[in-house]
Amino acid sequence: MTMNDGSLVALVALGAFHGLNPGMGWLFAVARGLQERSRALVLQSLPAIAAGHAASVFLVAAVVTVTGSVLTSRIVSIGGGAVLVGFGLWRLLSSRHFRWVGMRLTLWQLACWSFLMSSAHGAGLMLLPVLTHGAVTVPGHSHGMASGAGSAVTAAIFVTGVHTLAMFVVAGTIAVIVYEVVGLAILRRAWFNLDRLWAAALIGAGAATLLIAV
Amino acid sequence: MALWRPDPTFYPSPREAVNAPPETLAYIAAFDRSARRPDAIAVVDVDPDSTSYGSVVGWTDLPHTGDELHHFGWNACSSALCPNAPHPHVERRYLVVPGLRSSRIHILDVKDDPLKPSIVKVIEPEELAGRAGYSRPHTVHCGPDGLYVSALGGANGPGGRSGSVGREGSDGPGGIAVLDHDSFEVVGAWEADRGPQHLAYDFWWHLTQDVMVTSEWGTPSMIEDGVNAELLLGRKYGHALHFWDLRKRRHVQTVDLGDEHQMVLELRPAHDPTKTYGFAGVVVSVEDLSASVWMWYREDGEFKARKVITIPAEPAVSPRPTGPDRPPGAADLPPVIAPFGAVPPLVTDIDLSVDDRYLYVSCWGTGELKRYDVSDPFHPVEAGSVRIGGIVRRTPHPAAPDLPLAGGPQMVEVSRDGRRVYVTNSLYGSWDDQFYPDGVGAWAAKIDSGDGFTIDERFFPHGDDFRGLRPHQTRLQGGDASSDSYCYP
Repeated sequence: MTMNDGSLVALVALGAFHGLNPGMGWLFAVARGLQERSRALVLQSLPAIAAGHAASVFLVAAVVTVTGSVLTSRIVSIGGGAVLVGFGLWRLLSSRHFRWVGMRLTLWQLACWSFLMSSAHGAGLMLLPVLTHGAVTVPGHSHGMASGAGSAVTAAIFVTGVHTLAMFVVAGTIAVIVYEVVGLAILRRAWFNLDRLWAAALIGAGAATLLIAV
Repeated sequence: MALWRPDPTFYPSPREAVNAPPETLAYIAAFDRSARRPDAIAVVDVDPDSTSYGSVVGWTDLPHTGDELHHFGWNACSSALCPNAPHPHVERRYLVVPGLRSSRIHILDVKDDPLKPSIVKVIEPEELAGRAGYSRPHTVHCGPDGLYVSALGGANGPGGRSGSVGREGSDGPGGIAVLDHDSFEVVGAWEADRGPQHLAYDFWWHLTQDVMVTSEWGTPSMIEDGVNAELLLGRKYGHALHFWDLRKRRHVQTVDLGDEHQMVLELRPAHDPTKTYGFAGVVVSVEDLSASVWMWYREDGEFKARKVITIPAEPAVSPRPTGPDRPPGAADLPPVIAPFGAVPPLVTDIDLSVDDRYLYVSCWGTGELKRYDVSDPFHPVEAGSVRIGGIVRRTPHPAAPDLPLAGGPQMVEVSRDGRRVYVTNSLYGSWDDQFYPDGVGAWAAKIDSGDGFTIDERFFPHGDDFRGLRPHQTRLQGGDASSDSYCYP
């Protein structure tokens, strides 16, 4: 299998989408900066948030790629599609939201917050269709995923890296622009319910994965 | 159903909240002292351009009697925008209305018909007691992870009936219960470690600093049959502030204001989340009957409190006739304060404007609402005063100059833009009866707060407008100065 341009674009787009979502971290970075009137604090917070996000995404990516190295891609697709639809429905229908008390966090705690927030959001789940159909391989390795768990993990790292880089760049750009220029009044107008959109996207992607696999 | 964009009544910062549009409706909790008729939420038209301005235009009876409505709050507020647990697409549409005497908590939906809120849920006292170990729910604040409700009593006390009076504290500790803000189920007691805290009343927080502040009144047996002179003179009512770690739910520090300062009630932290100070009102000093306002602040990691306002007692001289055959002069005082020969101001509520500039202080005993400029919180400067009601003065409302008024400015609510201040006149059933034994009456007033500070002559719902009930806290549609907390400066 070879590197698929489409799946690379999808990876980047998903990362950018997570970066865009205020609930996934850039807003926390801005809040920390505003509290102490320190841009440095905004900038320090972003890598911690990205690290937590990456850990959450990597977990899913690793499970999918390693499973994919032992099971047929059809089984992974069906199982993964079902998980996506189920999780998406839950996100769409449940009014429960992520609950975390506390604003004064160390960077380590902030990374943990980001990990939990991303996981509750199902941030890594959207990689399922990308990984099962997109045939992501690490550039320079031509033997593909089927050759074993070792390269599967390498693929998971690559996928996580690309995704998180996109997330980090977008979140960082927005955080700095909001902190320096725009101000948080924009939240009242522009904070669209991305979580609902995300839930619908999960269901759609899951359904598509199932349809293609069956 | 979730919204696509944030509820328009949520503001990231107090700076933006002051630009909120003026409210058009006010919700006022009203209770029947005799407990024969249901308590109610009265809806008052506060739109000055409306023909029914200043009158009660809506009404919702509660399903039971004897609740004694007191304070209440919203299901969601600007804290929903906080970055740690954001949920900005919920709606501010439910009023959470505790019965201070019955321990029932009512959930009212104001969305479909704002003039006639519908009761969508009643949390029974057994649920509050069973899950959280509390009774007598009081203050409601919308937090990042749920609804926080303070409660004056524990679950296993003697029930506050006569006979338990004098055994102060036997029916505590009071504390804070957490309610799920979607299902409104009682989740449990908030405290992981309450330390020495036993008495409870109000609470609020410095949300971005993970600091909770709580105050002290008394347990149910200490208050429900009226103020107990023995307990008061024995300095048994609350006189301390408690500071907590909001995240770890642990008691961190007690700041004792001195046991002569009896009853530390309302807490008003600065709205600016980068500031770490706030104000607490003390009802009465047993040394000289004065009332006071304290400012808490943090210095070198420790919380401290300093008395920044003292309001002295007034001589019991009536400036106006107190009866048909009683000329101005020495006044009859109700038995509860007759031995002292003076009128205590009784600061029972304070409220801080959203821009943290003005602190409003109600003197329920002397019938006065004072405004202080607290731009420098260490040095408040009096910046206006209006007189209405009072134990001795009985100052009338300018709209009805021949009608002496009982009660005084009690609960204060300030509009988000800080221009309008609403007051109601009842304190707490049994206490009303002690300080205004000839009847506390029922009235609400509005004071325009700008360069001047004057009573609005067009706004005076009173008497039968409240259908025989006594008005307590006011909540303004869309939020007010004591309903929302902000995570961004």
